[in-house]
Amino acid sequence: MTTDQRTLPDPEAVKKELLARYPAKVARKRSKQILVNRKDETGTVPSIGANVRTVPGIITQRGCSYAGCKGVILGPTRDIVNITHGPIGCGFYSWLTRRNQTRPATLEDDNYMTYCFSTDMQDQDIVFGGEKKLKAAIQEAWEIFKPKAISIFSTCPVGLIGDDVHAVAREMKEKLGINIFGFSCEGYKGVSQSAGHHIANNGVFTHIVGKDDTIREAEYKINLLGEYNIGGDGFEIDRIFEDCGISVISTFSGNSTYDQFANSHTADLNTVMCHRSINYVADMMEIKYGIPWIKINFIGARSTAKSLRKIAGYFEEKALLSRVEAVIEKEMEAVESVRLDVKSRCDGKLAMLFVGGSRAHHYQDLFREIGMKTVSAGYEFAHRDDYEGRQVIPDIKIDADSRNIEELEIQADPVKYQPRKTLEQIKTLEAKGVEFKGYNGMMPDMDENTLVIDDVSQYETELLLKMYKPDIYCAGIKEKYAIQKSGIPMKQLHSYDSGGPYAGFKGAINFYKEIDRMVNSRVWASLEAPWQKNPELSAKYVWE
Amino acid sequence: MLLRHTTQEIKPRKALTINPAKTCQPIGAMYASLGINGCLPHSHGSQGCCAYHRSTLTRHYREPVMAATSSFTEGSSVFGGQANLVQAIDNIFTTYDPDIIAVHTTCLSETIGDDVNQIASKAVADGKVPPGKHVIHASTPSYVGSHVTGFSNMTKAMVTHFARNTGKPNGKFNLIPGFVEPSDMTEIKRVARAMGIQPILFPDTSNVLNTPQTGKYKMFPNGGVTIDALTSAGDSTGTIALGPLASADAARALDTKWKVPCQVQDLPIGLAATDRFIDALRIAAGVSVPDSITIERGQLLDIITDMHQYFYRKKVALAGDPDHLIPLVEFLVSIDMMPVHIVTGTPGKAFEARIRELTAHLPCKVNVKAGTDMFMLHQWIKNEPVDLLMANTYGKYMARDDDIPFVRFGFPILDRVGHSYFPTTCYKGGMRLLEKILDALLDRMDRDAPEERFELVM
Repeated sequence: MTTDQRTLPDPEAVKKELLARYPAKVARKRSKQILVNRKDETGTVPSIGANVRTVPGIITQRGCSYAGCKGVILGPTRDIVNITHGPIGCGFYSWLTRRNQTRPATLEDDNYMTYCFSTDMQDQDIVFGGEKKLKAAIQEAWEIFKPKAISIFSTCPVGLIGDDVHAVAREMKEKLGINIFGFSCEGYKGVSQSAGHHIANNGVFTHIVGKDDTIREAEYKINLLGEYNIGGDGFEIDRIFEDCGISVISTFSGNSTYDQFANSHTADLNTVMCHRSINYVADMMEIKYGIPWIKINFIGARSTAKSLRKIAGYFEEKALLSRVEAVIEKEMEAVESVRLDVKSRCDGKLAMLFVGGSRAHHYQDLFREIGMKTVSAGYEFAHRDDYEGRQVIPDIKIDADSRNIEELEIQADPVKYQPRKTLEQIKTLEAKGVEFKGYNGMMPDMDENTLVIDDVSQYETELLLKMYKPDIYCAGIKEKYAIQKSGIPMKQLHSYDSGGPYAGFKGAINFYKEIDRMVNSRVWASLEAPWQKNPELSAKYVWE
Repeated sequence: MLLRHTTQEIKPRKALTINPAKTCQPIGAMYASLGINGCLPHSHGSQGCCAYHRSTLTRHYREPVMAATSSFTEGSSVFGGQANLVQAIDNIFTTYDPDIIAVHTTCLSETIGDDVNQIASKAVADGKVPPGKHVIHASTPSYVGSHVTGFSNMTKAMVTHFARNTGKPNGKFNLIPGFVEPSDMTEIKRVARAMGIQPILFPDTSNVLNTPQTGKYKMFPNGGVTIDALTSAGDSTGTIALGPLASADAARALDTKWKVPCQVQDLPIGLAATDRFIDALRIAAGVSVPDSITIERGQLLDIITDMHQYFYRKKVALAGDPDHLIPLVEFLVSIDMMPVHIVTGTPGKAFEARIRELTAHLPCKVNVKAGTDMFMLHQWIKNEPVDLLMANTYGKYMARDDDIPFVRFGFPILDRVGHSYFPTTCYKGGMRLLEKILDALLDRMDRDAPEERFELVM
């Protein structure tokens, strides 16, 4: 059934219904995080409650600071020995579960991503302190693996018992002569995994970026920030860049290495994919090294083309511009034939997306390309700027939970600061439509009267399914089977289930086909057995 | 090579765990709680714990796994989590309306020293627990024991909270199945019923974590042990606890408090352990074993005798939980296989002693260690190669690197289905285990056979 034939519920009524059952205090809090999307005459969207504490007991899908730091940001880097300092669980659960792919150049290159390292703290470590065990663990890791760097991730009890992981890191760095650094990413920090992203990126920026000044002989040097190579997304983006002649100095942090981070300050442009997890790194690199940044998005074929043109526009060279156009033309031919075919079966169907800090926005492009409409969306751990656009950043209230996450004071590096473009050039480029440091957020891109929900709860999800009956719901593993048991296909957009890549041109084709498979599957027609469809009894005479 | 840094040379390690063969207590407590009808597990700690446990259980079962969290912030970590837990209890009963909330602690709330018992009483006093509803709790510090310990602690909490003795025997028999699959729980009940026994089995995740696809989601599925059944467990004829680590504490608590006589048996994995379980059950419950069960035993034995040539003297490496590994090793040696490397991450010296005893007769050196990891196992394998590896899904990295036939066994299994539907316990489960072992071994023979020795009949 298409949207034209389907009457969508009144979003205000839906909101009321979502809040009806909650205790009054919870309802008040949630009502700020549930909005009907409406733009005023200036195009401004209403202000949403985001990056605020989760209501205890509500069944959130959010994770913790440790998960954001160790799992998301440092997880995809293959050649650092990442030691979890804590009881065994945290290290165990973050071991290989995120589907970020890596491809060491040779068999001899380091790859520790398949390993899980932990101090496995026991009760005596909690009582007497775990620093001694941590030091011994680092020493043993050095003896066995001789890695180029070791990092330490703090779990909840570490902060409480007062282990100083940074002092241990300094001491062992001195002793072993390799780079060793710690992260205070205890799970209770902040309100979601977003705090962990920030802690991780601050650490990478402080301890690795800028350590290798080698200038690579390459053209059009960029960094790709906020791309984690889930399901091979980064590989597809790399392929396209290579075809275009654009050189990627480093990716933060899909398929990444220590050396790429160390050398990343030699790039001439930062491109930001996931605004939420990394926009501050782009800001810091601009202040310290003079590298401008632009927001790009490689989810969706049209977005990919647009992003490539944006990058080419920045470098202002005809050769690059025409090569990019040639690549787009060639790739779009394959994309269009699949897209039109899939669109003929998906047009008008409804999607919901509750995921991440950027994907709930980016994936709407892919759905739009095959004619599907996003009726409700929200992020799990994003901030107001990811919903409403960066212009709200100065107005964001810094609460107690955000204050606990360190903001680095960055200044221009006396030696390495080198503005890639003069102010004049930036202005000229802006006049030509290259937008620097710009992100307008998800809400302005969404239709009027769609429902925007931050940190959606299990209860709200169930009501949304009943009221909208979407054709597909996109979220994470914890939601997956409750949705599918409701008879609605569910696509994971954290880990992509078993699929991917979905980025770039080939990724778009993969995604169209995947959604076609899911929303047009015949399996859902088998939910009832014949005797449930026709329960009336029939009888026969025995002699028949 | 995926585990390219794993060397043959074994360097001593005291502080660094690499590739663990265990995880932490709370996930075991969460799994056990899901085996109570109408129960919502609650994790008292940071929200990441709950997210990780739900994710891991969901990937293993491919089923909805609902649980709530106290969502500690830095403030609650300093001032204690009472306010968070009381608020959570209120929100859960108002929004989701379970019959029971089963609270387990985490390393965070344990380190702070939150007294969950007192907090739960406060919630009752504040009127946050509606009449007829329950809050039970278990202390499950992540820095003690393993996921098995957490399972045991929550299972014990079920009997200490609910079980009563009315003085009127209920004619039923308590079975505590241990940290096994929903399919195993169904199988254990089936066998008991075939013997004419009415079992009270707890926890019981069958029809909770292997529910049918109906297109209608039920947050609280039909399965799970009921409050009535748990309450009545104090009136049962006896208790058999399967698996000393996961189940003995609950059985002993029932024995001590309500004088329900208990015995602790190994998990019924393989021929001999199943024999002991069924014989013990027969005697304790005063019933006889029906032919149908004896036939199943004979069928299992028949597969063993039919295919013995493929098992004989094959070397096996194993990683898993002590309660599973002990009967599994016993089973493998009974069919003349040779388990040569055995690790568990769960600490406890009794494990090593039992395995030593079971493998004493083998004509080769046996490496066994509790409280160690899969890195150790892999190094042992590199020093003394094996013909078969049995471990949870993480084993596949070793199997691929060293080209070892691999049978997935244990928790978690993240890349295959079947474990939630088909048991590995009792005689039927033994047959399934053998089928899996033979598939792995014979597929390898087929793959590697030169053309002239590629056999139609094997």
